[in-house]
Amino acid sequence: MTTVPEATPPPAPQPSAPAAGTPPLARRRSGRFLAGVAGGVADHLGVNVLWVRTAFVLLTGVSGAGVLAYGLLWIFLQQEQTDVVRPLRRAERQQAMGLAALGIGAGLAAAAVGNTVVGWVVGPLGVAAVGAAVVWREADETQRRRWTAGARSGVTGIAGGGRTALLRVIAGAVFVASGIGVFLIGNLDLSQVQFGLLAVFATLLGVGVLTVPWWVRLMRELGEERRERIVEAERAEIAAHLHDSVLQTLALIQRQSDQPREVLRLARGQERELRHWLYGPTGYGRSARASGEPTLDSGLAAAITAAAAEVEDTYAINVRPVVVGDRRLDDGLRALVLAAREAMVNAAKHAKVDEVSAYVEVEPSEVHVFVRDRGVGFDPDAVPDDRHGLADSVHGRMRRHGGAVRLRSAPGEGTEVHLSMPVDEPADTEPGPEARAQEEATP
Amino acid sequence: MTDTPDETPGAPVPAPIRVFLVDDHGLFRSGVRAELDRHVPDVTVVGEAGSVDEAVAAIRHLRPDVVLLDVHMPDGGGAEVLRQLRPELPDVVFLALSVSDAAEDVIAVIRAGARGYVTKTISGSELADAVRRVRSGDAVFSPRLAGFVLDVFSERPGAAPPGDPELDLLTRRERDVLRLLARGYAYKEIAGELFISVKTVETHVSSVLRKTQLSNRYELSRWASDRRLV
Repeated sequence: MTTVPEATPPPAPQPSAPAAGTPPLARRRSGRFLAGVAGGVADHLGVNVLWVRTAFVLLTGVSGAGVLAYGLLWIFLQQEQTDVVRPLRRAERQQAMGLAALGIGAGLAAAAVGNTVVGWVVGPLGVAAVGAAVVWREADETQRRRWTAGARSGVTGIAGGGRTALLRVIAGAVFVASGIGVFLIGNLDLSQVQFGLLAVFATLLGVGVLTVPWWVRLMRELGEERRERIVEAERAEIAAHLHDSVLQTLALIQRQSDQPREVLRLARGQERELRHWLYGPTGYGRSARASGEPTLDSGLAAAITAAAAEVEDTYAINVRPVVVGDRRLDDGLRALVLAAREAMVNAAKHAKVDEVSAYVEVEPSEVHVFVRDRGVGFDPDAVPDDRHGLADSVHGRMRRHGGAVRLRSAPGEGTEVHLSMPVDEPADTEPGPEARAQEEATP
Repeated sequence: MTDTPDETPGAPVPAPIRVFLVDDHGLFRSGVRAELDRHVPDVTVVGEAGSVDEAVAAIRHLRPDVVLLDVHMPDGGGAEVLRQLRPELPDVVFLALSVSDAAEDVIAVIRAGARGYVTKTISGSELADAVRRVRSGDAVFSPRLAGFVLDVFSERPGAAPPGDPELDLLTRRERDVLRLLARGYAYKEIAGELFISVKTVETHVSSVLRKTQLSNRYELSRWASDRRLV
């Protein structure tokens, strides 16, 4: 066959494709003037950066909201992770600088008009804001270096980028401290004790403001680490389970490949175990089930499937239980399970078949079990001596608990044992409207 | 196998039944193909596919009689193939084939339009029987599927009252037939047991299949709502 590229079927359509239209809101890492906030917003909204910057400037005129919004976005938006090269053209840089100056001017004008809040923002607090901006920008750089280097050293020092970075951070800190200090001195008239308290408070505030980027990053990383740990633990659990069960069984099968009966038994046992793990009431594939639901590991369905599994293992035949409904075990039902097990053993021993079916139905007033094979059958009126198992352990057991046994068999037509056990408890002892039918599961 | 029930439907089919295999395991596909080709003269495998897209394209092109459909596959599985093809190819019959033990998977693929469900441990001749039966328009219920369906329609305390009795309730006869199916009886044996003809058994099973596909009792069933697979 010649391999023509066009002949291969097209790849499945990606359902998540439309998301590519709008990039997620993230700060630009390249082509930025201050922190990439305006650029990121512009990318997300699909408009020119100029408009976004202008909007921030105009908002600054309204009680300094533009500065506040910019700061908050800076804190809570993550930097974009991919390195997109966006050259910041000189004209654009000048434009941005002009807009920044305009913003400061707008703030000053508003202050002159008499808005005290704006007065603080463009005054001493403005100085503090500039200091914080310098430090935060340095934090962005540190993070970027970490990404590009791939190093994951946790929360690195504030100045991870050498002497200039350290200088920048110190300068920023000085700005913040002096801004807050001047703000306090200029706006408040206090006694010494009060001033001392406030100074302490202001220092804490300053440190808090300066370390915002690291707090945010620390929280993000903790969340990521926890997620990774959970995924890792799950993977390890699956791997361990597959190793302990499937691989071991495959090894055993290879070693005993000359004994078909043993291989069959191993394969069946392993299949049953894996099924229980995947689909059983507490199984792996069921973890999404509503919590709080009683898992009936001690119920009738589990007991019957366990009995069937035992017979399968012991006699190397197939037993396929189908269970409709479930109920908690009581003495009568325990006897029923044992009788059913005996019937399955009988079929396995005498019927000369490799498959036996078992059907269990829970009705409000009675529980029925049918054990059936398509084997040699026998004449029930002329029971051979070795059939005492059926007479004693099935009939006797059922009768003692008020149950009944019906037997249908004829030579050459297989055998069906019908066991029925009355249950008189009201329905509310039934563990919920548990709807589950199981076949060949649950040891 | 010597103990397989001989339950071939009445009329012999002159032309071989064209079967298409959909399963993401190549090993399983080749196994089924070998078994059907070697032992069953009236069934031929005309093609196979390992993914939903491949299957949809090939089935559209080949128009097989019967599609053997794996329940679990990447990109949506058997239900997705059914969803894409059922409206435009009403003559193609789908038979689900799975190792899954989960009731919601089995019922979901039946509700998507499969005419039956058998397990992958089925023997070659039993599989051929199932193929013949769905081809002739009947439903194929394994004992397990019969158990699941009985569960869906069972009248247990706390279950919501049926909205449409025509769809939400099984007749006594249908229930009897399902019980015998769950007990491992073949159609012929069921007919003998209930003193009805095999044709009547088939009618009952088809009716149960229709109710399973259309009734909203499935939504009320606990395991379905737990997994929100409605």
